[in-house]
Amino acid sequence: MLAADGRPLKASLNRALRRQKIRALFLIAPLLIFILVSFVMPIFDMLLRSVENQIVGNTLPRTVVALQDWDENADTAPDEVVFAALYTDIALAAEYKTHTRLGSRLNYEMTGISSLFRKTGRAVGRFETDVYTEAFQAADPAYADPAQWAGWMQDDNIRAALPQTTNTYDAWAQMIVEEENDIPAEEEPWDFVYTALYADAAGGAALPISVDLSAIEPVSLQASFAEIDEDWIDPDVWQTIKAFSPSYTDGYFLNAVDLLRGADGVEQRPENERLYIGQFINTFVMSLSIMGMCVLLGYPIAWLLANLPARSANLLMILVLLPFWTSLLVRTSAWKVLLQQQGVINDLLVWMRIIADDGRLTMINNQTGTIIAMTHILLPFMILPLYSVMKTIPPSYLRAAKSLGATDWTAFWRVYFPQSVPGIGAGCILVFILSIGYYITPELVGGTKGVFISNRIAFHISSSLNWGLAAALGTILLTVVMVLYWMYDKIVGIDNVKLGG
Amino acid sequence: MLDNENAFVAFDRVQKSYDGETLVVKDLNLAMPKGEFLTMLGPSGSGKTTCLMMLAGFETATHGDITLDGISINNIPPHKRGIGMVFQNYALFPHMTVAENLSFPLEVRKMGKSEREEKVKRALDMVQMGSFAGRRPAQLSGGQQQRIALARALVFEPELVLMDEPLGALDKQLRETLQFEITNLAHDLGITTVYVTHDQTEALTMSDRVAVFDDGRIQQLAPPDELYEKPQNSFVAQFIGENNTLEGVVQEIQGETCIVKLDSGDIIDAVPVNVSAVGDRTKVSIRPERVEFKRDRLHADAHTLKAEVLEFIYMGDIFRTRLRVAGTDEFVIKTRNAPDQARLKPGEMIEIGWLPQDCRALDA
Repeated sequence: MLAADGRPLKASLNRALRRQKIRALFLIAPLLIFILVSFVMPIFDMLLRSVENQIVGNTLPRTVVALQDWDENADTAPDEVVFAALYTDIALAAEYKTHTRLGSRLNYEMTGISSLFRKTGRAVGRFETDVYTEAFQAADPAYADPAQWAGWMQDDNIRAALPQTTNTYDAWAQMIVEEENDIPAEEEPWDFVYTALYADAAGGAALPISVDLSAIEPVSLQASFAEIDEDWIDPDVWQTIKAFSPSYTDGYFLNAVDLLRGADGVEQRPENERLYIGQFINTFVMSLSIMGMCVLLGYPIAWLLANLPARSANLLMILVLLPFWTSLLVRTSAWKVLLQQQGVINDLLVWMRIIADDGRLTMINNQTGTIIAMTHILLPFMILPLYSVMKTIPPSYLRAAKSLGATDWTAFWRVYFPQSVPGIGAGCILVFILSIGYYITPELVGGTKGVFISNRIAFHISSSLNWGLAAALGTILLTVVMVLYWMYDKIVGIDNVKLGG
Repeated sequence: MLDNENAFVAFDRVQKSYDGETLVVKDLNLAMPKGEFLTMLGPSGSGKTTCLMMLAGFETATHGDITLDGISINNIPPHKRGIGMVFQNYALFPHMTVAENLSFPLEVRKMGKSEREEKVKRALDMVQMGSFAGRRPAQLSGGQQQRIALARALVFEPELVLMDEPLGALDKQLRETLQFEITNLAHDLGITTVYVTHDQTEALTMSDRVAVFDDGRIQQLAPPDELYEKPQNSFVAQFIGENNTLEGVVQEIQGETCIVKLDSGDIIDAVPVNVSAVGDRTKVSIRPERVEFKRDRLHADAHTLKAEVLEFIYMGDIFRTRLRVAGTDEFVIKTRNAPDQARLKPGEMIEIGWLPQDCRALDA
C-alpha cells in the first residue's frame, strides 16, 4: 500500500504516530525520571547488594591473589607467601580502618572472624619485622632515605626487578597521601615495605644496593599471626576467606534459603540455624489466610454496597473507607488493646463466663493477632475492587436467572458469582501482594510467631546491618511475587482483573 | 368482556407504591384470555413496567390480587411462576455460550442432557440461530442477541411470556423484522404474551389488544384499530398517532352527534364521547388523514372551517400540510401522494371539513 505521496502507507502512518508518541513521552518524562531516580535505581542498587562481595577483594587484594595457589581441601593453613600478603593487606587496612568492616562481613559467614580481624588490626604493627628495616638501613643509609626510595620507585628497571616491593610501596605511598596527608618522598617507608623488599631479595632479585641477606634472621609471619590468635592457622578461617574472595557471591542467597557453602559444596545449615524457609512459608500461609478472610468478609459487604440504594450505599462506603482515614498505627494499637490477655475481648468473655479467668485466650503476639489485625487493615483493598466489578453487573441478570426458574442460590452461584470473579481476582492479588510485604502491623502485634519475612528484612537492614542478606531475602520475595503474578496471569488472565469501570 | 374468573392472567384492583406516599399503579384491573398478545403502552413513568415486574414476581403488589390461570401468584416467588421473560438489555449471561444460556432454564428444571440438547437446538432453529450455539453473547449483534433472548425465554415452553421493551436498542429496519417474527412466533406457539413498549407503532402492529397506560391507570384497553379510530379520552387521542385538537364548549347534544362551539367562535360537528352535558368544555380530536378540503368531497350538511395554508411538506408517500384553523397554527392534514392530488401552496385559503363520526369530542 502506498500513501498519496508515494511512500509506503505503513511508513507514513508510523511517522504520523511518532509525533504523538514523542509528545506523550514528554508529558510523562518528569514522573518517569523521578521514578527512575528515586525508586528503580535505589531498588536495583539494593538488590545488587545481595550478590555483591567486593569487600574481600578490595580489602585483602594480595591475600586473595596469593590464596589462589592454596588448596582449600587440604587440612593445613596456607604457607608463608599468603601470610606475607596478609601482613601487607592487614597493615594497610588497619590504616584505612577497613579491616573491622571486613571482619563484620565475614562474621556473617563464620562467627568469630570479626574479633579476629579487630585483634589483628591492633597487633599487626607490633610484628618483629622491624629487623628487616634495621638490617637494610644498617647495610646502607640510602635504604633509610625517603627521597632515595621515591627515586628508586620511579625507575622502571628497579620496578621490574622488585615486583613485590613496588606493589607494596605504591599501596603504602597511596595510603600516606590519602590517610596521613603527607608526601611519600618525605616519609620513611614502613616495616611491611622492607618485608616485601626482603621477600624480593630472598627470591633472588637484584637490589638497587646489594645487601648481605645472610645476616638477617627471617621472621615467620605465619608464626606471628598465630601468636595473635590461633585461629589464623585454622584452615576453616582460610576456607571462608577464600570462599568469599570473588567479587560476586551466592552466599547471601544460600543463607536466605537456609543453605551454606561447606567444604563439600552447598549443604543445609544445621537444624538450629534454619530460619528463613520457615519464615517464608509462614509469610505465605498467613498472607493466604488474610486473603481468604478478606474474601469471606468483603464479598457480602461489597454486594450490599453495589445493591443498596445510593444513600445507604454512600453511608456504608464511608464506613468502609473510614479505616483509610485513620492512622495505621492507631488501628494496630487499638487491636492490641482489644486482643491482649487483659484486653477488652478477653474481659468480656470472662465476664460472660464463656472462658475462665485463668483460661484467657492468647490472641496477640502470635499468628492470630497478625491475621485479625491485617484482615481488618486490608479489607478495603478487597471490598473496593469487588464493589467496582459488582457495580457493573446489571441486576437484570439475576432477574433473568430467576425468571428462567433458578432459585436465589442457583441464580447467585451460576450467574452472579462467575461475573464477580474478576473482582475477587483483583482483590486477592491486591491483598496478597500487600500483605506479603507488610511490616508495621506484624511487627507490633505479631510477637515472634506472627511476623513476616519483611520483619526479618527490616531486622537485617537496621539492626544486624547485614544488608546483603536483607537484599537477598528481598530479591527472593520480589521474585516469588512476580512468579505468582505471572502464574495468575497465565491461569486467570490479567485482562480479567478489573479495578474499576 | 372477559371476567377475572376465567381469564388466564388477571389483575384485580392492583395498587403499587414504592415510597408509601404516591401510587405508581392505581387500581389496575386487567383480564387476558389465553393466547392473547397484549401490549402495555405508555410514556415512561406511567406504571407499565411496574405492572410487568409485578406479574414476573420481582415487585410485590401493595394491594390487590394477580392471578395466573386462576391461581393467585402474589406469594409465589419468581422462579416458581414459570413465566418466560425477555429483558430490555437482553440479559444474556455473558460468561455462558448461547447454548449454555438456553440450556440454563432446562438445567435448573433438572432436565436430562439429551432432552436439553434437543430442546436447545429446536429453540435455536426456531429463531434461525442454529449455527450460533457455540458463540458468546458478546460476539453477537444486537438483533442476534435479541433472538437468543427470545429463544431463551421460550425454550422451557412457558405459557406466558413477558417482554420488556425488547426492541428498544435496535435500529428501525431490524425492529420491524423482529416485530413481525415475534408476533408470528407468539401466535404459532399459542403463547400468551405481555409486551411492554413506549413505541406506539410497535404496539399497534403487533398486538391483539393494547392497554394504554398513563398516570398509573389504564386509559384505554382496546384492539389497535379501535384505539386509533375511537380513542376514549384526549390522552389516548394525543398519544396514539398524530392528532389535531380543537378546544371549545358543547353547545348541543343530539344522540350520536353534538355541536361544539370552538373558542374562535366557529361551529363544528362531533361525536360526543366524554362529554355529558351542554356547556362542558371539550377537546375535539380529528385525525389528519380524515380531513377533507376538496369542495366536491365536503359533506353538504356538515359544518366547515376556513383555513390558511402555512406549510407544505413533501414526505414521499404522503403530503403533510400545516394549516391555520380556528386560531391554531398546528392543524395538520395528510394527503396521499396520488397523481391527481393537489399540492397546496402556503398562503392559499381553503375550506376544510370532515365526517361528524371522525371528529370526537373528548374530555378537556
